[in-house]
Amino acid sequence: MAKRIHSKNSLVTYLLGGFFSLYVLFLYGPMFIIFLLSFQGPTGGMTFPIQEYSLHWFKELFSDNIAADVSGSFQRSIILGLMVMTLTVTISVIAALGFRRNFKGSGIMFYGAIISLIMPGFLISFGMGLILQLLDIESTWYTTALGAQLTWTLPFGLLIMFAVLARFDRSVEEAARDLGATSWQTMRYVVVPLLLPGITGVALFGFTLSYDEIPRTTLVVGDSNTLPMEILAMTNTLTTPSLYAIGTLTTVVSVASITFALFAIKRMQDRLGSSQIASSES
Amino acid sequence: MQKITTKENGVSWIQVTPLAIILLGFLIAPLLVILTVSFWEYDIGGMYPAFSHVNYTEILTSHTTINLYLRTFKFTFFVWLITLSIGFSVSYFLSFCVASTTWRIALFLLCTIPFWTSNVIRMIAWIPFLGRNGAINQGLASMGLIDQPLEFLLFSEFAVILTYVHLYTLFMIVPIFNAMSKIDPDVIEAARDAGANGWQIVRHIIVPLTLNGVALGSIFIITLVMGDFFIVRVMSGGLSGSVASAMYNEITGLQYPAAAANAVLLVITVVLLVSVILRFVDVRKVLTE
Repeated sequence: MAKRIHSKNSLVTYLLGGFFSLYVLFLYGPMFIIFLLSFQGPTGGMTFPIQEYSLHWFKELFSDNIAADVSGSFQRSIILGLMVMTLTVTISVIAALGFRRNFKGSGIMFYGAIISLIMPGFLISFGMGLILQLLDIESTWYTTALGAQLTWTLPFGLLIMFAVLARFDRSVEEAARDLGATSWQTMRYVVVPLLLPGITGVALFGFTLSYDEIPRTTLVVGDSNTLPMEILAMTNTLTTPSLYAIGTLTTVVSVASITFALFAIKRMQDRLGSSQIASSES
Repeated sequence: MQKITTKENGVSWIQVTPLAIILLGFLIAPLLVILTVSFWEYDIGGMYPAFSHVNYTEILTSHTTINLYLRTFKFTFFVWLITLSIGFSVSYFLSFCVASTTWRIALFLLCTIPFWTSNVIRMIAWIPFLGRNGAINQGLASMGLIDQPLEFLLFSEFAVILTYVHLYTLFMIVPIFNAMSKIDPDVIEAARDAGANGWQIVRHIIVPLTLNGVALGSIFIITLVMGDFFIVRVMSGGLSGSVASAMYNEITGLQYPAAAANAVLLVITVVLLVSVILRFVDVRKVLTE
């Protein structure tokens, strides 16, 4: 499908290509600078020049010199991310299957999810904080912050599943049923494997959105901070390249999970593609 | 749409019940409590149930509020304009200048990866760039273009808008790119055969068919910028503020009812802006098809 309006050598392609490159530079440039500066030597400061390259500020992160609880908050964020991921996948996939029928009240539910997506996250945190205070309930990262984060990840998961299901051929499902599969078997052996690349996408969103979440978490996280909350607090107090070191570390975790998920999706699609070819040939 | 039976209705409801419970407990209930508390009274000792309009009167008659809203609108407007220009150009380039599908997907992924990394880190990444001794000032000085470091770069409204654009442009790119990739190539071909030039194709085909995407992106930008409470604080060095950051200050000062009234006004403002956009676009159709 060639949809090109402008040929490869046209002026428009060159100009927009140049603009696109500038945008990518703008997107990655600052990150690259803090990546470099996080390897600053022990005597170096928060700006250039780099005195010498060392891992000094990374070690510093996990030493007693830093008032922040880096390793603890890092563990909590990973666990919370996995919890949010599991719940987001389960709840949004099942709900999206429900939305395939135009059931009574589906409009209200849909707009509820949209409101959840576009509501300034900070207000959710504030409202929940008020409820907890009035009922005298204590907030923790694995209860209240978990719930608050779900109001952000679930609508995302739902929208991705809508896009995936829009391309899903329902005749496959009917074929399975005609061949005598129970509805559980149809689900387990036909629907879920076909949806798996999309579901992995939902999992990626669930994990990374939770792992970086601040506005919804901020007032309901309780005494033990998650990593982004800890980093936000550090921006006020920490004036050494350790701030960049933590930035580099957390970005590495994010990028690793994206790469892992994208490879997983690619593999599943390849496998689905080859099994379809195999079945059409036989 | 075919009619569905009561049983199928029930199955669907069972499937969406967990979602409904989460939305009720963690979205609707908090918003209702904010609305309730906004009518309460408070003093140093705490807050007291009441039905008083004093919080609203105080906010609506204060100059500070008007200034805060004006500043928040200013941020929103500039960020919207810039992200729209970038979002349209980038999506146009990817959709209509890049021929190979593999390349198109790869370049699109290149734009989306930063979205999955931490906003705080991407925010503070600008500090060594913009600061007094930052990369830009050092670069300009070594080229002999300036002899004094430029002070307006960091801890200014410029830095705030720059950071918003850096963090949020993707929310404009994705819906516009999505809308553009749904445009039927035959339509463009037909227009060209009928003698339309490049500009006419953009003006009469691509722009109208992309408006839904633009609307969706605009909704994201408006709610993200108007709901931000920490970027404006950190990147302006505490010199500037927005409606949400003022709310945050009231909350840390334990003035919950005042903050709640501010929150209600903020929600009303956001809902009004979004519903203006929704008059022009059917979101459900855009998102589910």
